[in-house]
Amino acid sequence: MVDLIKRAKELIESSSVKVVIGYEQGTGNKTRALFVENSEDADKLIFDSRCIQNLAAYITKKEIKEKGKMAVAATLPVMRSIIQLASEFQVTDANILVLGITPESKLIEFGNLAEVEKFVHQYEIEIDVRNKEMLDKLEKMTQPERWQFWIDELAPCFKCYACRAACPMCYCSRCTVDFNQPQWIPVPSTELGNLEWHIMRAIHLTGRCIDCDACYNACPLSIPINLLTKRMLLDAKEHFGGYQPALKGEHLMSTYKPDDKENFIQ
Amino acid sequence: MNIDKRLVRKDSLEKLFDILKQNSKKIYAPSEKNGKITFRDAENFKGISTGYIQTTQSSKDITFPRAEKILDYSKSKEGMSVKGIDLKEIPEIILWGVRPCDANGIGELSSIFNWDYKDEIYNNRLSKVTVFGFSCNKSDEYCFCTSVGGNPGNTLGSDILFTRMGDDGDYLAEILTEKGNVIVSIAPQLFEKSENSEKEKYLAEVPVRFNHEEIKNKLDKFFESKEWIEQSLRCLGCGACAYVCPTCACFDIQDEAHGKKGSRVRCWDSCGFSHFTIHTSGHNPRDAQSQRWRQRIMHKFSYMPERLSVYGCTGCGRCSRACPVDMNILENLISIQEVTI
Repeated sequence: MVDLIKRAKELIESSSVKVVIGYEQGTGNKTRALFVENSEDADKLIFDSRCIQNLAAYITKKEIKEKGKMAVAATLPVMRSIIQLASEFQVTDANILVLGITPESKLIEFGNLAEVEKFVHQYEIEIDVRNKEMLDKLEKMTQPERWQFWIDELAPCFKCYACRAACPMCYCSRCTVDFNQPQWIPVPSTELGNLEWHIMRAIHLTGRCIDCDACYNACPLSIPINLLTKRMLLDAKEHFGGYQPALKGEHLMSTYKPDDKENFIQ
Repeated sequence: MNIDKRLVRKDSLEKLFDILKQNSKKIYAPSEKNGKITFRDAENFKGISTGYIQTTQSSKDITFPRAEKILDYSKSKEGMSVKGIDLKEIPEIILWGVRPCDANGIGELSSIFNWDYKDEIYNNRLSKVTVFGFSCNKSDEYCFCTSVGGNPGNTLGSDILFTRMGDDGDYLAEILTEKGNVIVSIAPQLFEKSENSEKEKYLAEVPVRFNHEEIKNKLDKFFESKEWIEQSLRCLGCGACAYVCPTCACFDIQDEAHGKKGSRVRCWDSCGFSHFTIHTSGHNPRDAQSQRWRQRIMHKFSYMPERLSVYGCTGCGRCSRACPVDMNILENLISIQEVTI
């Protein structure tokens, strides 16, 4: 990513941005986020197929926001997240510059978020074959079988909330699970506590989740929680004609129209 | 002290498992799900994972469950009635396949639960656990037990330590405690007289990467260092590191109410969470991730050695393996050692 390193240096040296967020080689075979604040550090920037962490999770992080305007090396899922965050008033052209990395690994710099949106809209959000098969398998199960599947899968969850921390859309300064007056979700990582947390998470992300798999990739126990949000994505497609993050998007779960079909109420 | 060393033939291990099962012993051993190996109630020997460097989660869940009921209560016109848990119901458990770093971690965890208040429930659970340690014959770049006083064949914390002599060899069993003797007495024929008692050559090589005393001394003057900010910028503030850690002991007390009755539950908590230290007033003395990261390192490498004379880290490397953003504790400790104040 010679282009990215060169551009990051220019942006920092010209004080166009205070920090460039990209990837660097981590420990072992891992890659990780890099926050470039001086031009020498830009040399550490890398990009390859291992760079899958959704860097948009840092955009709303207090410690990063405080630095000032940021540039983000953004793959397609990161760009989608940025557009969704912008539609929720979490980021504006004034505080972000998007250094897009196309699916062909080409660097493309955008003048503003509207251009990012236009680029993102060329691509439908597609669920990959393996997960699609898994969703089909779940669909074919009887309701009790499906219920048992989730009881078993969620059983090991110890509520470290890595899924929440890694998700760009989970930026609330106080999450529903952290409320105790009243307490909405049981805190203990018991069967009920785990179910309620993961169901709540999936519902809260419906119409906002851009299917980046950050939650699943972050889970230290590899629980396939992304199947829940993927299912919701397909449901959104079926009932609301699809979902694309949009700067002036109508939010699926918080928009009401008088002619909404209410055939889900039975 | 002379350690009782025995030979356990490779095909005797399964027999041992079966005999213990026939004696109604509950055995928790590492098994795999979704590509992650962790301790589970083992039904049969075949399901036990082998060849792993380290389990994803430590075995601390057995003595310090992630959500543990400590009492039931109910309210009525007559007043409140409270019923503690019946300690007699805590089952006897054999922990099978514990790595020496984890076995060592049991002592570190116990020192926290016996610091001033002696935690009756924890101690009771521990008293009913027999630890079958398994020495390490391989390691990876995340292991650093030798930097914190451990080693791949460390006997500390195990009741019996098994060391495999060669890739497909028999086991050297070191019988270390009375609990270990009890196991031998159940199946004495499987614990044969040992000719060979040399285990060192079969152990993994784990190089010493830092000097923990040097780190401890450095930390005394390191509180205000900018290093914490640099190290923690990418930390997302989840609790994965704390929850896979064999020695992290923080918990939160929750009341699970159902009308007029309910239960009080002790739940794992983590100093990495932004709300861990938040006050009722809304003030948060650790309102930046760097302060929370500092707390994690300080607690393990400065406060615990000072107050409990043990380190809060066994070098198992789990936190680094589990971290979704590659916060590598070994890398960070080395950089603390190297940075000049």
